[in-house]
Amino acid sequence: MAKAELTQLDVEAIYPANLIEGDPSFTQVTQEVAGITEWPKPPRAWYIAFAIALTLLGILGACLTYLVVTGVGVWGNNQPVAWGWPIVNFVFWVGIGHAGTLISAVLFLFRQDWRTSINRFAEAMTIFAVACAGLFPAVHVGRIWFAYWLFPIPNQMSMWPNFRSPLLWDVFAVSTYATVSLLFWYMGMIPDLATIRDRANTKIRRMAYGVFSLGWSGSNRHWHRYERAYLLLAALATPLVLSVHSVVSFDFAVAQTPGWHTTIFPPYFVAGAVFSGFAMVVTLMVPARQFFGLKHIVTMRHLENMNKVILTTGMIVGYAYMTEFFMAWYSGNQYEAFAFVNRAFGPYAWAYWTMVSCNVLFPQLFWFRKLRRNLWVMYPIVLLVNVGMWFERFVITVTSLSRDFVPSSWQYFKPTAIDMLTFLGSFGLFATLFLLFVRFLPMIAVAEVKTVLPTAHAHGHKKEEGE
Amino acid sequence: MTHQNEIHGILAEYETVDGIMHAAEQVRDSGFRHWDCHTPFPVHGLDDAMDVKPTILPWIVLAGGITGLVAGMLMQWWMNAVDYPYVISGKPDWSIPANIPVAFETTVLFSAFAALFGMFILNKLPQWYNPLFRKERFSRATSDRFFVVIEAKDAQFDPKKTAEFLTSTGASAVELVDVPDEPTSPPFGFKAVAAIMTALVLLPPAMIAASRSSTTEETRFHLVPNMDFQQKFKAQTAPLGLENHPLFADGTATLKPIDGTIAQGDLGKSDPSNAAYSGLRDGKPVTEFPKGVVIDEAALENGREQYNIYCATCHGDSGKGDGMVARRAASIGQTWMVTNLLDERIVEQTPGKVFETITKGINTMPGYAAQMSAANRWDVILYLKALQKAQAAK
Ligand code: HEC
Repeated sequence: MAKAELTQLDVEAIYPANLIEGDPSFTQVTQEVAGITEWPKPPRAWYIAFAIALTLLGILGACLTYLVVTGVGVWGNNQPVAWGWPIVNFVFWVGIGHAGTLISAVLFLFRQDWRTSINRFAEAMTIFAVACAGLFPAVHVGRIWFAYWLFPIPNQMSMWPNFRSPLLWDVFAVSTYATVSLLFWYMGMIPDLATIRDRANTKIRRMAYGVFSLGWSGSNRHWHRYERAYLLLAALATPLVLSVHSVVSFDFAVAQTPGWHTTIFPPYFVAGAVFSGFAMVVTLMVPARQFFGLKHIVTMRHLENMNKVILTTGMIVGYAYMTEFFMAWYSGNQYEAFAFVNRAFGPYAWAYWTMVSCNVLFPQLFWFRKLRRNLWVMYPIVLLVNVGMWFERFVITVTSLSRDFVPSSWQYFKPTAIDMLTFLGSFGLFATLFLLFVRFLPMIAVAEVKTVLPTAHAHGHKKEEGE
Repeated sequence: MTHQNEIHGILAEYETVDGIMHAAEQVRDSGFRHWDCHTPFPVHGLDDAMDVKPTILPWIVLAGGITGLVAGMLMQWWMNAVDYPYVISGKPDWSIPANIPVAFETTVLFSAFAALFGMFILNKLPQWYNPLFRKERFSRATSDRFFVVIEAKDAQFDPKKTAEFLTSTGASAVELVDVPDEPTSPPFGFKAVAAIMTALVLLPPAMIAASRSSTTEETRFHLVPNMDFQQKFKAQTAPLGLENHPLFADGTATLKPIDGTIAQGDLGKSDPSNAAYSGLRDGKPVTEFPKGVVIDEAALENGREQYNIYCATCHGDSGKGDGMVARRAASIGQTWMVTNLLDERIVEQTPGKVFETITKGINTMPGYAAQMSAANRWDVILYLKALQKAQAAK
């Protein structure tokens, strides 16, 4: 170390590079993002993906129709595992739906400017994931035409729901979350919809985007209240997002079943949710930035930051796995101890170790900067995280139920083909909504990205200060 | 000032953030009041440059949040503790800890609505018509240009001087914005689509309301028949749709007890001369409590409990024949009469006679042998006798 020569990496570490690469002008940002919705034709990959998505959506429709006209017996759910795949899938999707609000709200409050490139995308993903999540409990009730009993709606039986049940808290938590995420997403999109409206060259486009942009004119007096509203929504969404998966975890933790009845569940579930959500954002973001030419707006730095979050939350999850074992032993309760030994070494050991390797082992590769910035490494890892997080919910739900207190009632759970096809089909719903979103709506927050460009600041430029 | 009605204001365009910032400061310092800046993104510092007052939105959101909290709490209290209380796992009807999650969610929900719709209302959105939108250049206000608009209704406004003033602030273009005589109305197709959509949205609630407030003679429509008529084994009957797969030869799912089976505690039943079970001596109702029936305070107390469970619904707590069922019968005009057990005729009945009534039933009163053990029946009679004595004393 004779001469202190700074490498490119050091420079970047000391002076964070511009969030958006290539220093585009406002005009270019508008053109590049809003312009995507004006492409006469999306890329071929979009058509292929859309065809697959619609096929899967059709499968979902067929499975649900079959379910409704036949009854929940078409699934593998039975005593003692009455909460089979539908609940596993519900928790899986709700978890994924956490990244959006976390990125939009929590990172906003922490003034993490890099979020502007990915928040819209992640919020959309959240809403579609929550839509998939909501589907499962709704069809899981069996007679779905009575699903409205879950809500406090005056009915002919003069009955009200039981507010002392975590399952009802869940109804409120998930529906509030879905509503607030939708409001947040829509509000964030209003200025961008106005941008597309103002660029529109056909009457239909002008009307369609015009209606939803509510006549936004970029007035600074409007921006003032808009930004306040945005901040307030972020402040509201932050505790909300933490509450949602906590409440989901109460569904388990309030029950006395061994392996569920632990106080670690809320934080453990929330960390897992963030973990899986970020993995899903990366999963979708990598192809999207590739096909729509957004690599300079969603840069490697964004992906890297997300991978860091994945590494962190992955380790929180791994820590929770260890704590569960410690508590099982320390509690001195034989049922609790058995539940965990059974998890790791019982008939579902294969699922448990799949979960541990996907969620805890593989993400460790992200310790290496080279690897977490390499698309060919990160993509398999995030896919494995998606798989691992599904297995986490499977392990929690199924192992505890299949072997609880009374050995005579133990049963090995087996899903049916309908279980699997329904789950596969839910990806169809998710992907269809998502592909429509990237085709017709601004997938990056145009106005917000402009605020992090150096030229967005009066009197001097960030870049000059850095140099 | 003859143009006043036709002119909306003057629009000045700037190319950079610095440009609009300086211009805004100058407009502010010149004392204009009805003016605004239009920018593609929120420009930081512009609020100060324009002297925009902090919005009251946070207070609206606070009010929304408090409303949500109170509404959430009241809803749970009223629904679970007042209107429809029921015991569930021994939890109290109304307890703050169990009601926090839902109240939290309603708080957030109401606050979020207040934030979004409060912002809309304060900003007067939606405002689909705006004279500025008629200007070609203004379409860049949502993309890459910055504008100042000074409205004609401002006291200091003068078409010529204001335009000159704006040019002097470094505007790259200055333009007069006029209001057309005929305001442009949305095209017909738009209104039609909006009307149809509204109608479609209102249709389902209207249909539900209609069916709720009417009655029908038609039989119920079975959407999914095999959910309503489930193929399942029941204890005593042949399963529906499974008649050909009986678990047992007689088509039922449980075997009947073999002849001569005696339930626990019913051993005495098999002996017809045991008056404690039959209530008979030499074929006639006994006149006194038979041997083997214990008469003590515990028996009396048990009799009270059994009476309140099995008899009070019709005969009333005091035995006067004014129980819930009897009152209901009277209120819907039924002439069904429940005997007043304090009546002289009943007071004079022997324990054996009452035992017979309870065991076998009488006229429209059903027998209770299947529900009450013989011992319980005697205890009820004991209590009934006490009741009659107590009421007679009054
Ligand atoms: C479903 C309502 C109902 C219940 C419950 C009921 N009763 Fe009665 N009871 C009647 C009616 C009605 C009569 C009058 C029957 C008649 O003679 O028409 C009656 C009559 C009687 C009589 C008079 C019989 C007579 O000789 O005229 C006695 C004693 C009596 N009940 C005792 C009881 C006792 C003890 C119980 C509780 C084990 C009981 N009842 C529960 C409806 C009921």
